[in-house]
Amino acid sequence: MSTEAKPALAYEQVSRRYAGVSAVDHVSLQVARGSFVALVGPSGSGKSTLLRLANRLDPPDTGRVLVDGHDIANADPVTLRRGIGYVFQNIGLFPHLSVAENIGIIPRLAGRGPVDVAVALERVGLGPELADRLPAQLSGGQQQRVGIARALAGEGKMLLMDEPFGALDPVTRDTLGKTVRWLHDALGLTTILVTHDMAEALLLAERIVVMAHGRIVADATPREMLAGEAGPEADALVAIPRAQTKRLSELAR
Amino acid sequence: MNDIIHQLPPLIASHVLLAAAAMGLALLVGLPLGLASARRPRLAAVAVGFAGLVQTVPSLALLALFYPLLLALSAMIGGRIPALGFLPALLALSLYALLPILRNVVAGLQGIDAAVLQAADAVGMTPGQRLRLVEAPLAAPVAMAGIRTAAVWTIGGATLATTVGYPSLGNPIFAGLQIERWDLVLAGCVAAAALALITDGLLGLIERGVRQRRRVPTLTGVGLLILGLLLACLPLLPMSERSITIGAKNFSEQFILARLIGDRLERAGYRVTYREGLGSAVAFRALQSGDVDVYVEYSGTLWADTMGRKDAPSRKAMLDGIQSWMAAGPKTGLIGPLGFENAYALAARPNSGLTTIADLARKAPDLTLGADLEFLDRPEWRAIRDAYSLRFKATRAYSPTFMYRALQSGQADVISAFSSDGRIAADHLTILADPKGAMPHYDAILLASPARARDARFLSVLRPLVNAIRVEDMRAANYSVDRDTDKRTPEAAALWLDARAKVPR
Repeated sequence: MSTEAKPALAYEQVSRRYAGVSAVDHVSLQVARGSFVALVGPSGSGKSTLLRLANRLDPPDTGRVLVDGHDIANADPVTLRRGIGYVFQNIGLFPHLSVAENIGIIPRLAGRGPVDVAVALERVGLGPELADRLPAQLSGGQQQRVGIARALAGEGKMLLMDEPFGALDPVTRDTLGKTVRWLHDALGLTTILVTHDMAEALLLAERIVVMAHGRIVADATPREMLAGEAGPEADALVAIPRAQTKRLSELAR
Repeated sequence: MNDIIHQLPPLIASHVLLAAAAMGLALLVGLPLGLASARRPRLAAVAVGFAGLVQTVPSLALLALFYPLLLALSAMIGGRIPALGFLPALLALSLYALLPILRNVVAGLQGIDAAVLQAADAVGMTPGQRLRLVEAPLAAPVAMAGIRTAAVWTIGGATLATTVGYPSLGNPIFAGLQIERWDLVLAGCVAAAALALITDGLLGLIERGVRQRRRVPTLTGVGLLILGLLLACLPLLPMSERSITIGAKNFSEQFILARLIGDRLERAGYRVTYREGLGSAVAFRALQSGDVDVYVEYSGTLWADTMGRKDAPSRKAMLDGIQSWMAAGPKTGLIGPLGFENAYALAARPNSGLTTIADLARKAPDLTLGADLEFLDRPEWRAIRDAYSLRFKATRAYSPTFMYRALQSGQADVISAFSSDGRIAADHLTILADPKGAMPHYDAILLASPARARDARFLSVLRPLVNAIRVEDMRAANYSVDRDTDKRTPEAAALWLDARAKVPR
């Protein structure tokens, strides 16, 4: 009851340094339950680190991270991670386990019953015939779909995605983005998508957080972003897809 | 050939037992150490560096080094750590097997994609689950390849255990090399190679099963490996009861005398085992510690090496000196001299024109001395060298058999012969006289361990051998084993020699 009122994820004055360099610098951010947030920024802006802090893959040096209103420093990291879906840019499927075993790993670790692999595959747009294949026998796009299916099989309500489409071709990127957005809506997830592609963020998310040098420099809806109301850093990022679109439409004339 | 077939099964059994135990120990240490090293680069550098350093020590030297080490350790804790036999062989082979295991476990673990490990954490694996479900299966194929290499090395290296008195397939190899019975050498080599091939094949089957993640080949391989191990060790079962261990150094005369002693003891109802191929220094220590119950030593060797005496007294004075020294210190027993000497002597080809060492001293600068492996490091050599101011053009070391070959072929002009060696008579060699009496006496003497020295029944069996063997008979027996054709086995030569032994007065 009370957790319903609290944000699904909250950062309070969180800092994280690597070898003396601030990756995340006194960041505070609240993510409402059920929202789809894109973290955008150039390489090294701290967006991936911010994501990794959410399930204790990285510990904060200072500040607190709260999931459902509870400080995760006090939580068991293993239990915490099993309840949060996590998708990597380099996918990270277990190469020695079949597709079905990969998808079923979190329920297996948690000692829950087996998952319905066919249903899990269908959710991410794959056929059941892939269940017994090894990851190396799949295309990159198929692999990342399995990665997403694995993240969702834990039945957590939060999905963290760290540049999940970065290594994929444009067509696959686009369809997979639509799949993720559809899953977010259908399963009622809270989704945080790290990306350096502003167009992707504008099209998928309902809130865009722009990071630079470990700090949040803009936080706005796609509409506000496009209207130029989110500040100079955001404008610079929005300018790129806008210029591309303009040139494309000029070419089409 | 029949005697070889008969000898092999117990040797295969102890060989397999040693190799398996060494592999077990190496895995017990190597797997956890590899695991720890994969996560700590500094530990990995130290551990792999150490294992690599061990590899640079020749395996024979590594075995030899464990002997003084274990002796010192045993003395330190005042306990009875056996310094000969199974333990030093086990430790040396395990150390040798450590490098390929360690290196491949580390390489296997470090070769795992970082993204996969991060995913393992992100799906909420505990460190134990990560190891069991991800790291172990992914590192297993590479680790298995290292285990295979280690196993093949260990089985081959186990033949060297013979040199520290542990019976292995090295026994026929080393004995065969000494007495030029190439069939013995071949039998030992073929048996060891077959063991290595079979083991490699089975481990290869397991490796393939692990790599392809198929149960059937893995389990078949493991099953056959265990079955083979049990089968090979079957001949060891009745060996557990207490028996007499007879020591022998690494040349024909020692093999023959050991069999002669063994035959007498067996006829008196004792069970007998042999530890052959012991080095001079090792043999006496083994006697002192009771690892060996009885063996034949030479008075001059004991006098100079073990007792550290520099003088060369008369025969009687030396034997008396040895007796009182043993009674005061090591408590070993001198049963008595066998009746012949196996002294160091310098021998030349019959047409050399040399008759005494004094003649030799004048011509030595143009001549090459062929010596056995110990002679040039022995005080006796220094004694005659200094007494006669010997200076050779060159000195070369050979194993005894090849030393005689070198003299015949002209590679050497003078050799350090042994006075009881059958080849002296067979090759008509001239033994150079020692007018200054610089060479000490080398009476063959029968020694007993401290426990056996107080065992009246045991002593009564062997006492008839005192002063019973003539030097001509010993030479003939030695020659019958060493000659190139129509060789006798040491067993047969021992029977012949026993029949010619004098009836004690």
